[in-house]
Amino acid sequence: MRITSMPLAVTAYTATSALGLGLDAHLQALQQQRSGLRPNDFGPASLACWIGRVTAVESTSLPASHAQWDCRNNRLAWLGLNQDSFVARVHSAIHRHGTSRIAVLLGTSTASIGATEEGYRRLEDDCRLPADLYRPAIHNPHSLSAFVASVLDIHGPCQTISTACSSSAKVFACAERLIRLGVVDAAVVGGVDSLCDSVLYGFNALELVSPEPCRPFDAARRGISIGEAAGFALLERADALPEATQQLLGYGESSDAHHMSTPDPNGAGAELALRDVFERAGIAPAQVDYINLHGTASQKNDAMEAALVARLFPSSTRVSSTKGLTGHTLGAAGVIEAAIALLALREGFVPGNAGTRSPDPACTPHFAWRNEARPIRIALSHSFGFGGSNACLAFADTRR
Amino acid sequence: MSELRVQVEGIGAWTPHATGWDAFKRVFAGDPPSELPARPAATALSPNERRRAPESVLVAIEVAAQAIAASQRAGGDLACVFASAYGDQATTDYMCRILARAPAELSPTRFHNSVHNAAAGYWTIATECRAPSTAMCAGLATFGASLLEAATQVCADHRAVLLVCSDTVGVGPLGELIGCHLAFGCAMVLAPCTDQGALSLRLTTVAQAPRHSLLAPTCMKWMSENPSAASLPLLATLAHGGGDCVLAASDQLGLLVQTEVTA
Repeated sequence: MRITSMPLAVTAYTATSALGLGLDAHLQALQQQRSGLRPNDFGPASLACWIGRVTAVESTSLPASHAQWDCRNNRLAWLGLNQDSFVARVHSAIHRHGTSRIAVLLGTSTASIGATEEGYRRLEDDCRLPADLYRPAIHNPHSLSAFVASVLDIHGPCQTISTACSSSAKVFACAERLIRLGVVDAAVVGGVDSLCDSVLYGFNALELVSPEPCRPFDAARRGISIGEAAGFALLERADALPEATQQLLGYGESSDAHHMSTPDPNGAGAELALRDVFERAGIAPAQVDYINLHGTASQKNDAMEAALVARLFPSSTRVSSTKGLTGHTLGAAGVIEAAIALLALREGFVPGNAGTRSPDPACTPHFAWRNEARPIRIALSHSFGFGGSNACLAFADTRR
Repeated sequence: MSELRVQVEGIGAWTPHATGWDAFKRVFAGDPPSELPARPAATALSPNERRRAPESVLVAIEVAAQAIAASQRAGGDLACVFASAYGDQATTDYMCRILARAPAELSPTRFHNSVHNAAAGYWTIATECRAPSTAMCAGLATFGASLLEAATQVCADHRAVLLVCSDTVGVGPLGELIGCHLAFGCAMVLAPCTDQGALSLRLTTVAQAPRHSLLAPTCMKWMSENPSAASLPLLATLAHGGGDCVLAASDQLGLLVQTEVTA
């Protein structure tokens, strides 16, 4: 049976990453193609690599009423929520719909595991987490969403999606289903992942971390640069808000059924996710003006994704990865790149594929190596995660 | 909200002392669990994958395969929702220990097994499933929230969905803090309501605290030992062929589940 998505108005959104705090900082960095990556200075025994770090996290504190949630990931969440008047927009939605009619749906790959790592570095009697970290709320993959629901005082459905690097893209799909069925009227979606040893050393163990700033789609790319970020969006029924010009048109989801930590080189699963989004959004590939690619700078992802673009889209569809600017923000990548796609729609420009010196010969003329000014009506964002979890989002600007 | 209606086409359930749905039905009837402690068979995985997979994945795969077998559907055709309140606590304990001592020695296999969607990944690979898969958590409300997510997928997309909810025993300092002392998993194949005589669920979100009818002492003990065992009140109504319960769907929200045989 053919299922059509209900278009949802994106009535507020915000992004915080190594590029800065909020949308203006992101727009400026994208326009200037200024990377936020820096040599790794995170933690005591730093790996020789580059990271996308949000230094303002370290001077952020949570409201005293929420001290039990204190950890780097929730500080980053709080810092992110406080940009672009996002909290005020959520309060206005609570006023319109009622606090039980709004869902909190957030993605994260590691939540506040950084606090658990810290606890293990200074165990009491070699067997017990230290007193200041003896807080069950943070040693739990739901820590982020429970904190955000509590601090925003939202009483509707609250869930954490943790499907590695597709996490905060898949929450947009959860929101559309809940709103279409009338379970809620609005949803706060998004995702937060923060730097921690688990991901730095974990991806390093898989030989996926680049010793230099990542170079997506470069012929000599050497792997990913890990970043941290917080992004949020407020989604509401579009039919009730005709003045809202930015919409989620649809989404597509699929599984690779191939391997736990590498994508299917044929891109069959990723293609299924794209065909799902075309059908739900009621669009054809030729209508897509811009795609923000997953583009991690790993050998296998970029080879698969370049072939996928060449196979499915006409060259009028412009494509780029922005991970050369932000780093790979893992569970937050879906929402950060959704925010970049929405900025591209709003401002009418294609962000260039940053960090590349000599493009992989597999890249077709679709690739925008530099910024391009052009009206964009429909933009996609790709997110492909470990365990073969794929999600694609389609956004539109209704003014064009 | 408008209610969500789904039918239950297959059930899987496992603890070390009751390794299938028939054994659970005897526990609901008041019998003490009689089986000797077992390990999950998880025969849906290839021998190679079974060796690489941690216990959390084996429990999830075992109950998933039971529910699929009972439904007579093919696992590879179904979208799936894998839920776990804590993910793989033993792997998290290993990761944090090694990162504190010798981070460069972290095992790549154990790192990829640490992702919350590890069970979903192993399952989709084993069943060649290219349908959407997800992995989620919601603290102590994980089962209720995952039932809402799975039922939402069934009703929004008019498709059958496999729901799996499981947690395993914690170890080390993290295990001491969390206090999960039992491995427990359950699974259901949920589908749009069509069949006469099928078990069906009506779901409504409510501003109510969790409540359920009297359960056998063993069930109460399991519920205190594992967050995924919050599914037991619903599993008991399914075993009885009818009844109501309110599950936690979040810290603030209840999910009223009315079980009945479709007339």
